[in-house]
Amino acid sequence: MAIAGFSAGAPKGGSRGNSKGATKSALKGDRKGAWIAGILLAPGLIYLALFFLTPLIQLVVTALESPDPSYAIGAYVYDLNFYNFVDVATKYSLQIIRSFGYALLATIFALLISYPLAYFVGVKVRRWPLLQRMTLVLVIAPFFISFLLRTVAWKQLLAVGSPLLDVMQNIGLVPHGGYFIGTPAAVVFGLTYNFIPFMTLPLYTTLERLDGRLLEAGSDLYASPFKVFTKVTLPLSMPGVVSGTLLTFIPIAGDYVNASRDFLGSSDTSMIGNMVDQDFLSNQNYPFASALSVLLMATILILVSLYVRRAGTEELL
Amino acid sequence: MTSLATRSVAPRNPRKVRIGDSLLWVYTVIALVFLLTPIVYTIIFSFNDSVRSNTVWEGFTLHHWTNLCDQPGICAAVGNSFFIGGVSTLAATIIGTMMAIALVRYRFRARSLVSLLLFLPMATPEIVMGAGLAALFFLLQSNGLDGFAFGYTTIIIAHIMFCISFVVVTVKARVQTLDPVLEEAARDLYANPFRVFMKVTLPLLMPGIISAALLSFALSFDDFIITYFNNGSTKTFPLFVYVSASRGVPAEANVVSSAVFLVAISVVIGMQIVGAVRRKKYGA
Repeated sequence: MAIAGFSAGAPKGGSRGNSKGATKSALKGDRKGAWIAGILLAPGLIYLALFFLTPLIQLVVTALESPDPSYAIGAYVYDLNFYNFVDVATKYSLQIIRSFGYALLATIFALLISYPLAYFVGVKVRRWPLLQRMTLVLVIAPFFISFLLRTVAWKQLLAVGSPLLDVMQNIGLVPHGGYFIGTPAAVVFGLTYNFIPFMTLPLYTTLERLDGRLLEAGSDLYASPFKVFTKVTLPLSMPGVVSGTLLTFIPIAGDYVNASRDFLGSSDTSMIGNMVDQDFLSNQNYPFASALSVLLMATILILVSLYVRRAGTEELL
Repeated sequence: MTSLATRSVAPRNPRKVRIGDSLLWVYTVIALVFLLTPIVYTIIFSFNDSVRSNTVWEGFTLHHWTNLCDQPGICAAVGNSFFIGGVSTLAATIIGTMMAIALVRYRFRARSLVSLLLFLPMATPEIVMGAGLAALFFLLQSNGLDGFAFGYTTIIIAHIMFCISFVVVTVKARVQTLDPVLEEAARDLYANPFRVFMKVTLPLLMPGIISAALLSFALSFDDFIITYFNNGSTKTFPLFVYVSASRGVPAEANVVSSAVFLVAISVVIGMQIVGAVRRKKYGA
């Protein structure tokens, strides 16, 4: 089961695997080794340069364009129009705040839901490998069903008149006669649900590597289970927490399916993605759509680098 | 790893821990039920005797399973998704496996730069990559490069791009566990480098490569956002679902998704059971 996302902070010693003194010549980086590495890497590097980096550059270029003097729809000229960024930041301030707010909330919820689950799979059921593997399969099972359809499923499961909504009304989560789908809470709910596996997998990966003897040592020294958790388990699982929160926060901030009207949201829940979609594909306002995308990307890069520095996990890949 | 894994955690206060333990069991069951609810719902409603919108239970029928293609457009969309997924997976798996081997086996100066370039696509929201690629393809089209007209080509280019990083991560994990002594033994037996790779390295990497291929196929098959920006008039299965969502998703979509789910989950469970049996037989 190697669908474990990226393994953040692999133990330093283990990253070399079983290189028991072998492949010395290759690892030394002699001329022949570098040559082979170059050939192996070239196709991928060229591909990513062409179809990952160039699009980003083109996005920045498009973000600086102004309407063509002819005012034809969808026609723009490049003229270093930096005001586009100011314009989208003010025009879409609400959507920007919503995107990052929803992403923050959904990430926290996903972490709170996933941690005990990952602990159960990674630590509690170690003694029964088959049970461990089967629960892991169940955790990633949502990956195997269409993302859009499982969101539609929640929309119908929580629609007005559904038994689940009745329950929510009876316990006071939703006012009687009220609705849930279309509210910000529903969007955050959907985002949380859809990205739980992205949180659970990296958490599981680090917790699974956790040395049981350390927990034993903690309780041997008369630490309460709570103390063992806060002083041993949690600090040691931080790499998983960091990569899990990144793996959920980033796609959630850019998501727009959950927030769109045909799924769990309404016009009052639209996020950055909805606006990019609308400007790019409907209004043909490419500069605005691009400027908003660049803004999203830049904000995420800044947040991620601050966060990673603070959390102290440099080895993300 | 196994020796650590089998060591149990000895609790100091047995009763307190036992309560915590059963709470954790109960919690896990609830969490799994939560995770699986929409899946079960989707499968059940693939058997719903509904005509247009598939929202209310109307009774059991196999009609949607047996007459899948009666729903206009769905079979073409699924065919497109399989084709695009297959081509993208093949290309991304080859490119990514080569990169993974290079990253683990060779030291070179630009190493951290390569890692960064591989990490960035995973840290970039899909909407940014989708809009960026569409902007690039616009530019290429307006410069007369008609080969980049929106359609199969642009979708496949996009899918290969976002799959590569995931393949590298998955295969890299496998390369790291590979014992170079085995390859050395083959070399000592006068196998040439090509033969060493084909007879020793590649078979040993296979489980990792297969997981990577399955993962990229799943990513490609289920991708909506990037595809939506670069599809032109080509419809994939997620696009079919998205377009029909405004007037009610037909039960046939549930059939497709349920079938894919059941096949995928059986393959994965099968792999786990085979793996468990093998470990028992040969030791860890």
